[in-house]
Amino acid sequence: MHMADALISPAVGGAAWAGAAGLAAWSARKVRLEMDDRKAPLMGVLGAFVFSAQMINFAIPATGSSGHLGGGLLLAILLGPHAAFLTITSVLLVQALFFADGGLLALGCNVLNLGLFPCFIAYPLIYRPIAGTGLARGRVMAGALLGAVVALLMGAFAVVLETTASGISDLPFSSFLLFMLPIHLAIGIVEGLVTATVVLFVYQARPELAVAGQGSTGSGRAVAVALLLAAVITGGLLSWFASGNPDGLEWSIARTADTEELAAPGEGVHALSAHIQEKTVLMPDYAFGDASPEESAGVVRTGTTVAGLVGVGLTLLVAGTLALVFRPRRMSRGASA
Amino acid sequence: MAAIESALLQTGRLDTLARQDTAVHRIDPRAKVITTACFVLLVVSFDKYTVAAMIPFLVYPLALLTVGRVPPGFVLTRLALVSPFAVVIGVFNPLIDHEPMVRLGPVVITGGWLSFASILLRFLLTLSAALLLIATTGFNRVCLALERFRVPPVFVVQLLLLYRYLFVLAREAARVLRAYRLRAIRSRGVSLRVYGSLVGSLLLRTLDRGQRVYTAMGCRGFNGILHPSIPLRFRTVDAAFVFGWCAFFIVARLYPLPQHLGHAVLEFLS
Amino acid sequence: MSHHLVEARDLYYAYPDGTAALRGVSFRFTHGESVGVVGANGAGKSTLLLHLNGCLSPGRGAVRIGDVQVTRKTLPDVRRTVGMVFQDPDDQLFMPSVREEVAFGPLNAGLAPEEVEDRVSKALETVDASHLADRPPFRLSGGEKRAVAIASVLSLEPDVLVMDEPTANLDPHARRKTIDLLRSFHHTRVIATHDLDLVLDVCTRALVLHHGQVAADGSPADVFRDEALLAACHLEKPLRMQACPVCGTGD
Ligand SMILES: Nc1ncnc2c1ncn2[C@@H]1O[C@H](COP(=O)(O)OP(=O)(O)O)[C@@H](O)[C@H]1O
Ligand SMILES: [Mg+2]
Repeated sequence: MHMADALISPAVGGAAWAGAAGLAAWSARKVRLEMDDRKAPLMGVLGAFVFSAQMINFAIPATGSSGHLGGGLLLAILLGPHAAFLTITSVLLVQALFFADGGLLALGCNVLNLGLFPCFIAYPLIYRPIAGTGLARGRVMAGALLGAVVALLMGAFAVVLETTASGISDLPFSSFLLFMLPIHLAIGIVEGLVTATVVLFVYQARPELAVAGQGSTGSGRAVAVALLLAAVITGGLLSWFASGNPDGLEWSIARTADTEELAAPGEGVHALSAHIQEKTVLMPDYAFGDASPEESAGVVRTGTTVAGLVGVGLTLLVAGTLALVFRPRRMSRGASA
Repeated sequence: MAAIESALLQTGRLDTLARQDTAVHRIDPRAKVITTACFVLLVVSFDKYTVAAMIPFLVYPLALLTVGRVPPGFVLTRLALVSPFAVVIGVFNPLIDHEPMVRLGPVVITGGWLSFASILLRFLLTLSAALLLIATTGFNRVCLALERFRVPPVFVVQLLLLYRYLFVLAREAARVLRAYRLRAIRSRGVSLRVYGSLVGSLLLRTLDRGQRVYTAMGCRGFNGILHPSIPLRFRTVDAAFVFGWCAFFIVARLYPLPQHLGHAVLEFLS
Repeated sequence: MSHHLVEARDLYYAYPDGTAALRGVSFRFTHGESVGVVGANGAGKSTLLLHLNGCLSPGRGAVRIGDVQVTRKTLPDVRRTVGMVFQDPDDQLFMPSVREEVAFGPLNAGLAPEEVEDRVSKALETVDASHLADRPPFRLSGGEKRAVAIASVLSLEPDVLVMDEPTANLDPHARRKTIDLLRSFHHTRVIATHDLDLVLDVCTRALVLHHGQVAADGSPADVFRDEALLAACHLEKPLRMQACPVCGTGD
């Protein structure tokens, strides 16, 4: 469930596109400056690998259902954040063009939801500090689990924000969010588990890759800080544009009535099962679209903006705390790399 | 899995369609990319309850379909194949929004149903436009257009290579999977422990291949920049294509004639 | 100056994981010579070939092409002189059409468009693949892929042709065509293979590698007659030199 053209407004889509394009340009420059020209072929085949890996379903323990790899965090671990961001972008572009997955305008949203968080937050701020040189089983597992969970939760949050801000769907912000987060917590745990399993296998077979991957990350923290700033700006802009979007708005003003009560439990369950089914059977999509909470115009604007900023703030807090907690270890590991 | 596999297979079909030689295929890829972007942007800019005014936009995909000789069934099955995320979400609108919007004699259409219909139409329009762009242009020429739009070479190169190795690796995965299934008949998915080594070894082979491809490119003097051997030429026809269509889209966006017509008819009926 | 000369002096190479793939390899191939590099799987053939145009640089020792030593600085020059055909055409063919594939090298070398076009048609003609020009290379048959891979290297007009297992995975007909093609060249040729019959057909010299060292170097007929050597190197006499169990002839 990628974000879809049919659910977003031009303002939201455009803002996300601008953010995604800026990040991609910056990443491309970084990759070039690192003189990593050998990365281009590697990025290409790894992007193709993500598709083929998604053909292989695994059994989710104790549930009787099955799922498949998303791949964002795995790419970040293998390629480093900048190259991985470009690769994820092209995976999504191919999905949009060939698999009719999402659409061209929604591409910007999808790149942010599925690329920004694993590459520039989960990897440099969570996975790297925890996993270190990447040869210790427990650490890789912990880093991947936490990283994947955070990336997926933030992605889910972004999806809710984008759909709500666009106002094409009627699902209200809060219930949509409450419904998305638990699912993506579960998906994140599984994704983390699978990512760790694959990474550990590869590192065991080729220990030198662990060291190589280590070298290619660059100055993780500076990057991360810059990116979080970008995220704050994008998030804020996104919500601002969204709230200013006249299309969703006219109707919100006209119809301030009975919107609070929806998302009855029954619907929630139904949607939940649909969601899980999609996640497990089809492509690794993410989010659900949703909704203009149709209170008064003022409420919408403030609400959305506040929500965006609160989300980004929370993220900063979580990521910052984690970075601080794990800093000493990272330093000592870093020396051995 | 089945969905991805058949999607990958059909991707080959898209390639075949893209190699046809029709008036649409001959249009410069840049012209088609710009026109598609304009189309999508204007379609999603409609108000959430718009249905009728969007109908004229169907002309564009229909024209590409006919002139570009793309079988309509192909596009439709393709749309049905994808995860209909937008549809799943849109279904909630009628449940949530009971505000009567249109009265048609005794029948009342609520805002929810209208916006749901609008979502379906957006879904159809935007995704068929994307598919038709590929089916009448081909991925490689779209990449060429991207390069001309100053997209960084490293991005374009890896995008081309991703596409190039999509099938190679998918076939590899299918082989691995078939071998696994023959020996593990009952299970629904690969157990997590096996999964690590199965996908892991697929990944190792992919990494080796990346290295070999890099070496092979280096041997023929590759230094990070692709030199297109087929020059793109933006002709008057291409400009006409862009301006003609975009003008039509803008007019259709600004003057919702079918909607006026529809309202008139509805009023007359009520 | 003759670019056609290929010389290796005491090459050592170990992969990053520590595998010692070459352990003191020396030779000197002269103008127009056609050399078969044979050896078991993992003997170091591919590794050796990758040194000949600087894809790998030796841990110790040196490679000279003509009077140029292969170094980072001389790499562009060396790569124009030494054309390399890889074992798996899928690794080598990545452009959207055969024509673009064959043009890839000359365009990178900065040649003028007309010149490029010239070379492309000449190379395709040589390998008898002109009719494939507009097809995507990765949808060709194994034999056609091989031919295109060779053309994509010929278009650079190299003096030395280096090929890794050119007949691997080919059916008998495609194999025969490839062998005929190789015979028709006048370049200095270095061909790594397990196909000893190919060596008999095409090569004037055989270099046997075993565990990263040269186990024998001489005329193919002489080398392949030494059964003890072949057995020690996990090789088998070419079929043509074996007694035929059906009709009872042979040497
Ligand atoms: N990329 C690599 N990393 C590590 N070891 C390698 C790599 N490629 C080859 N080797 C090892 O180097 C040795 C020589 O390999 P290679 O030159 O490919 O042999 P051949 O082509 O004769 O079959 C083998 O032991 C092989 O396992
Ligand atoms: Mg080999």
